[in-house]
Amino acid sequence: MPWAVGQPKMAALEEEFTLSTGVLGAGPDGFLGVEQSDKADQFLVTDSGRTVVLYKVSDQKPLGSWSVKQGQTITCPAVCNFQTGEYIVVHDHKVLRIWNNEDVNLDKVFKATLSAEVHRIHSVQKTEPLVLFRRGAVRGLEALLAEPQQTIEAVIPDEEVIKWSEFFMVFKQPVLIFITEKHGDYFAYVQLCKSHSLSKYTLLLGKEEKCVKPNFTARVDGKFISLVSLSSDGCIYETLIPIYSSDTEKNHRLIRALMLKAVVSDAARNGTALTILDQDHVAVLGPPLPASKECLSVWNIKFQTLQTSKELPQGTSGQLWYHGEILFMLHGKCLTVIPYKCEVSSLAGALGKLKHTQESDTHSMPHFVDWETCSGYDLGSYSAEQSRTLRRKKSETNLQAEVPGSKQLLSIIKNDSEKHIEVELRKFLAKSTPDFHTVIGDVVAGLLGRCKAEPSFYPRNCLTQLIQTHVLSYSLCPGLMEIALEHTDVQMLQLCLQQFPDIPESTTCACLKLFLSIGDDCLQDININMESVFDYSDTIQDEKKEIKEQTEIVQNGFSPEDNSCSKDDQQLSKKPGDAAKETISFPVTSCPVAPKRAALLNAVLHSAYSEAFLLPHLKDIPAKHITLFLQYLYFLYLKCSGNATMTLPGISPPTLSQIMDWICLLLDANFTVVLMIPEAKRLLLNLYKFVKSQISVYSELNKIEVSFRELQKLNQDKSGRGLYSIEVLELF
Amino acid sequence: MGEFKVHRVRFFNYVPSGIRCVAYNNQSNRLAVSRTDGTVEIYNLSANYFQEKFFPGHESRATEALCWAEGQRLFSAGLNGEILEYDLQALNIKYALDAFGGPIWSMTASPSGSQLVVGCEDGSVKLFEVTPEKIQFSRNFDRQKSRILSLSWHPAGTHIAAGSIDYISVFDVKSGSIIRKMVLDRQHLGVTKSRCIVWGVAFLSDGTVISVDSVGKVQLWDSATGTLVKSHLIANADVQSIAVADQEDSFVVGTAEGTVFHFQLVSVTSNSSEKQWVRTKPFQHHTHDVRTVAHSPTALISGGTDTHLVIRPLMEKVEVKNYDAALRKITFPHRRLISCSKRRQLLLFQFAHHLELWRLGSTLATGKNGDTLPLSKNADHLLHLKTKGPENIICSCVSQCGSWIAYSTASRFFLYRLKYEHDNISLQRVSKMPAFLRSALHILFSEDSTKLFVASNQGSLHIIHLLEGSFKHLHTFQPPSGTVEAMCLLAVSPDGNWLAASGTSAGVHVYDLNHLKLHCTVPAYNFPVTALAIAPNTNNLVIAHSDQQVFEFSIPDKQYTEWSRNVQKQGFHQLWLQRDTPITHISFHPKRPMHILLHDAYMFCIIDKSLPLPNDKTVLYNPLPPKNESDVFLRRTAHAFKISKIYKPLLFMDLLDERTLVAVERPLDDIIAQLPPPIKKKKFGT
Repeated sequence: MPWAVGQPKMAALEEEFTLSTGVLGAGPDGFLGVEQSDKADQFLVTDSGRTVVLYKVSDQKPLGSWSVKQGQTITCPAVCNFQTGEYIVVHDHKVLRIWNNEDVNLDKVFKATLSAEVHRIHSVQKTEPLVLFRRGAVRGLEALLAEPQQTIEAVIPDEEVIKWSEFFMVFKQPVLIFITEKHGDYFAYVQLCKSHSLSKYTLLLGKEEKCVKPNFTARVDGKFISLVSLSSDGCIYETLIPIYSSDTEKNHRLIRALMLKAVVSDAARNGTALTILDQDHVAVLGPPLPASKECLSVWNIKFQTLQTSKELPQGTSGQLWYHGEILFMLHGKCLTVIPYKCEVSSLAGALGKLKHTQESDTHSMPHFVDWETCSGYDLGSYSAEQSRTLRRKKSETNLQAEVPGSKQLLSIIKNDSEKHIEVELRKFLAKSTPDFHTVIGDVVAGLLGRCKAEPSFYPRNCLTQLIQTHVLSYSLCPGLMEIALEHTDVQMLQLCLQQFPDIPESTTCACLKLFLSIGDDCLQDININMESVFDYSDTIQDEKKEIKEQTEIVQNGFSPEDNSCSKDDQQLSKKPGDAAKETISFPVTSCPVAPKRAALLNAVLHSAYSEAFLLPHLKDIPAKHITLFLQYLYFLYLKCSGNATMTLPGISPPTLSQIMDWICLLLDANFTVVLMIPEAKRLLLNLYKFVKSQISVYSELNKIEVSFRELQKLNQDKSGRGLYSIEVLELF
Repeated sequence: MGEFKVHRVRFFNYVPSGIRCVAYNNQSNRLAVSRTDGTVEIYNLSANYFQEKFFPGHESRATEALCWAEGQRLFSAGLNGEILEYDLQALNIKYALDAFGGPIWSMTASPSGSQLVVGCEDGSVKLFEVTPEKIQFSRNFDRQKSRILSLSWHPAGTHIAAGSIDYISVFDVKSGSIIRKMVLDRQHLGVTKSRCIVWGVAFLSDGTVISVDSVGKVQLWDSATGTLVKSHLIANADVQSIAVADQEDSFVVGTAEGTVFHFQLVSVTSNSSEKQWVRTKPFQHHTHDVRTVAHSPTALISGGTDTHLVIRPLMEKVEVKNYDAALRKITFPHRRLISCSKRRQLLLFQFAHHLELWRLGSTLATGKNGDTLPLSKNADHLLHLKTKGPENIICSCVSQCGSWIAYSTASRFFLYRLKYEHDNISLQRVSKMPAFLRSALHILFSEDSTKLFVASNQGSLHIIHLLEGSFKHLHTFQPPSGTVEAMCLLAVSPDGNWLAASGTSAGVHVYDLNHLKLHCTVPAYNFPVTALAIAPNTNNLVIAHSDQQVFEFSIPDKQYTEWSRNVQKQGFHQLWLQRDTPITHISFHPKRPMHILLHDAYMFCIIDKSLPLPNDKTVLYNPLPPKNESDVFLRRTAHAFKISKIYKPLLFMDLLDERTLVAVERPLDDIIAQLPPPIKKKKFGT
């Protein structure tokens, strides 16, 4: 997802374990493939000979094993058809076999002989499997099975050989990419399966690599496929291939960009592989130094750092598969499984700005920060006693609570209708539960899991209820906001922004983008919490008056004429009266955005952020929206400075410092862009004048500080009745 | 209660000396404080932070280091190159020993207390063994290039960290050789300073050395590898002091900007065992340099150029959140620096090196409550008496008739005779003081000015008969056998029959002056006596203690009076007990035997024993003037405590005659005005 770029993460490889490979004949080239099955924990392993094994990884044991007859060889790794739950394999290039868990003998299962040789079958969730033929043609499985003997056209020239292929779902559209090689030249083909459009690109590689086979891996990055290759010089390169090509006819040439330098020493040797783990991390298999043993290492692309590595002394087959947070490889003769974890750790909480908490009066805050209790230090007998009783209470409730409660709910979430879930959830929330936090976390995870699996499933009310329990945070349910963004559910996003303390800057920025770009007509029927927005309609009548007062306030203590303004400034500022008029004619006299949008933007203003992480994302916002947002902020600023306390009316309005910080951030991020926009010119000039006036006021204050102090002294002398006096005192 | 004319005096130009060192003693819960003029004060933190002992300063003895060793022995070292030990019983200096290393900048006792190590100007680090009677030079460590400004022992006693200019060295105590040298960065916000002075070091048991320096940094070093582990830039000016808690879970540093920072060892995440030092709390209780800090188990203690001693209890360590958990700021000494001659309306002010005698003015006008009356005669500065020698004055007194002035330094006793002829005043020193009158802790003249009472530091009390121009030694009361405790407070009865004397911890002794024998001893009380006085006619002894209790003891009956028993039975008002300065003076109304006048630094009170005592529900202090007649009547009869908080900080208050009071105030602003300017901080802009 484009908005999920750049949240700080800690990647780690967990303890490895091996799967028994007794039945598998691992040849010198390793396995044909490891593919996911429709159950989360189960994987299909196809060896280079005749066998397919279904493993349950958590149990470290095979669940089933199927072999083709002697004399036949499997030529394409078995995959699972996620729509039906059946398994598909191709042997002897042309024979397709489809079976399921109950089948014992592959000989007796469904068989279809095709008219052309199959290169691979690709299968991902939510769509039917695709069959890629040797000559580059692509067919959907169902269409193929309907007429197995249909003629398969040749798409790629004769001498080109498919080296690698991958299948993605991009905005619900299946996209297939494959790389071919001809005399050391590499070509990339992108096939959009729905529109049947095919684009061909020439990959420009370094000269020295023509002789060796590079390793490829890819992921979707917005409208591009990011093709990542490990070349023989040991470096990782990235090539961006557009998914939607404007004209399919031409042969485009693609230049690669260096991503990471020298991650493996000698890529010419066998035994190197790489795979993308997520947007920031790649896993590389290969020896890091010429003499060293092979290693599995995880690199952070963004920071160019090695995150973790694991030595594999017994050598590998140079193959690496990554499915569902598990890395598979052949280590020696064993199929080794290494779970990979990359947990999001938002730095916003640690070093970013804290969320502006207005509700501090509702929660009774302790008068001092008690670090000792934070660190679990036992304080005196009193608190020990207290915690003991607490523990006792906890264990009592544990005994009383019906254990199935949460489990039942979780199973309901998996299968039942939205309505039913909502009812059950309400019941569940009504009663107090021990371990409330963890259960809520599980429930959300369950709901989100189902949302991902079933695009139509979006239990808005349930999620809203859960967020309102105040126990959720972004890190507890990282997928929630993404899903809300996908559904452009601004109401939910507003709620999240208000409730979550730890939203990564990228997500905040994605919300901002959405809030700025969403059409007013969409906003109209959405029910949005408006408490942070004061009623603009009331104030609009007084607008002119206020603005006039306002300009006076800004100019208090200095006069633009007195300042030796630069020439163009003088031209633009003209007379003070004119300036005031111009300010009025400037669009910010009335709120530049509709109240509902203002409420949404206020939620963003309130959220916590760290400048360093937010700035890069702000650069992605279109200029039009930047101007709008700046206008809105400037409008808020004018409103703020309109009264003596420098606050806005309303229940939790943005504070002046939040407004100023955001103005600075936006200008920092988009200064060159804003400079170019004619509409923003007036705004910039106003801001410039404001800053200038502030600087001069402060410098004047500094100058007269000494005078202030002298005055204070004089005042003291007056009040102090000298060194000696006789007074009358009557005691009562 | 009555109407008084109050002489409101603000010309006592007293400025306390800045605090240079503080040393906390965990065993006795006492705090030693040394000031820039060499004065050392002992505060008893268990007794409501009362300053129970003090050692007078000395011009040439600028104390740079103060430490407790061997349990409760107190040592100091200073720029005159000497190490001093103080006798906490007799309240004098036991001995001074030259370390022969030039000025001493730092000193610290080993964790066991059996060794002292000093850091000298010439770069030498010297080890001394603490013997039961003295200290003995043991040996030198490897000599360093520049002065040793700070020292710290490893809690195991095996290593010593020494802060010098630009580097920290770690010594092995056994061999005396330097095993590690850690060089500091002189950069401060990109500007390289000419040098980086290590003002303080602290050695932790895990081998970490914490340093504070003139660049404004608090740095943590690994002494095993000599590497910098962590650096906190906390100030734009020097960080001058550091103190670590015994548990090593928290430490405190003080900066030249007047800020004190608290650092705590906090888990990185909850329930993880990995911990790191985090700057948790900043405190800004000082306006000037915080020269020294200490860390008691429950409080952070800081002191510096602005002369305040600040005790900031750590709320999380305080078990009961009562008034003891409040911040204490001690500015004025807990003893009287002013004495008064009622008959001649004179005030004698005691400064470190001189005395001033003033005559109060007068007025003929009258007025109502709150009026300032026009003066017919202003106050006169009669006399400015400079001491001879470098020693500070310990105590002074002017007699009731105004014709005698006596004062004492640590080694000499001075008695002067004053003669008044019209507007002229002549001063004559009484020479040939007896040898036993060398140093006095308290001096008192009898009401009729015929007798002088001197409490000397060996526990003995001398009685001298004053004649015109000469004197005669009448008697010496020797301390009860076996005790050497010094007496520091005296009170004599107006009829001249009784003398009461109190030490720092034992009870109050009452002597019969006619028969020259011990009459009785008031039962010992847990808290030290802060003020004593004997009432006229009844000869009731009124005693104020540091826990704000006041007792009345009948000397003829040798027992507490009925009123005192009642007070104890009912207890004082909550707010009375919560006052944080001790009562420093008690006096009586000559015509109203039921009245007791007493004051502390922030209030003045007349107790009318004939009225009922206030309980916790009644308003103790009502600052608003009464609105109507019935209100006046109601208030007059409400309860026994009539309190006024108009005069503050109040250093002295006494009754000159039935209708006249004198109040000596010392506004804090006047003190601040005489201090060097603090580091300027910008108020506006960035």
